[in-house]
Amino acid sequence: MEATDLFAALAIGFAAGMAGGLVGVGGGVLFVPGLVIFLGLSQLEGEATSLLAIVLVAVVGAWRQHSYGNLRLKDGLVIGALSPLGVVVGTVAANAVSERALELSFAAVQIVFAYRLARRALGRREEVASPP
Amino acid sequence: MSPRVARLAAIATAAGAFSGLFGVGGGTIIVPLLILWFSYGEREATGTSLAAIAVIAAMAAGAHALYGNVDPLAALLIGAPAVGGILAGTALQQRIPERAVAGAFAVLLVSSAVALVL
Repeated sequence: MEATDLFAALAIGFAAGMAGGLVGVGGGVLFVPGLVIFLGLSQLEGEATSLLAIVLVAVVGAWRQHSYGNLRLKDGLVIGALSPLGVVVGTVAANAVSERALELSFAAVQIVFAYRLARRALGRREEVASPP
Repeated sequence: MSPRVARLAAIATAAGAFSGLFGVGGGTIIVPLLILWFSYGEREATGTSLAAIAVIAAMAAGAHALYGNVDPLAALLIGAPAVGGILAGTALQQRIPERAVAGAFAVLLVSSAVALVL
């Protein structure tokens, strides 16, 4: 591994964590390419290893948000614990309709969410929360 | 099952399906649904999403580890700076208006949708 690759992986890790902290996602979208391109993992190893990094980041992020008073732990744990249901549903769906149809369906849902969140972003006034 | 738990189960199902089908976390599904459907504040939605993601990713990582596809050293190399990033990101998030968080999330969703279509 070259020093530049290591530096790039560290920088991507930091950026993924920063984005995760700001918007509450795990950072896998950045972890996977970082692991594959700069640390030489295969796509499958990259996705599997990304999940372990996500655990680390999500636990620390949830803990910080808890101390800021922004965590509803019970709801989060219920969603997490019931998510395997979705894996089953996803597998059934993947065998029932084409992957392209699933991609387009989720993309459409995300555009609807984006529109409604953008309206909240543009339409509401509030004060900045005071730092703890 | 109470109606509230049923709605949480619906979010869990959508997030699990999205995560399993496309190999990413469920955060892009969980956060908007908590805001739009459960009337969470933006910061609460992102904090709660992280707790759910920790559970989802731990189960999936455990399953992958059984097949020997997890590289713990590589996870630490990319995960350690990410811990620094999330400490900075969550601290910064407390100092910006919640509607800026909603706006940033809208941008993320559009990017994700474009990536799915392409």
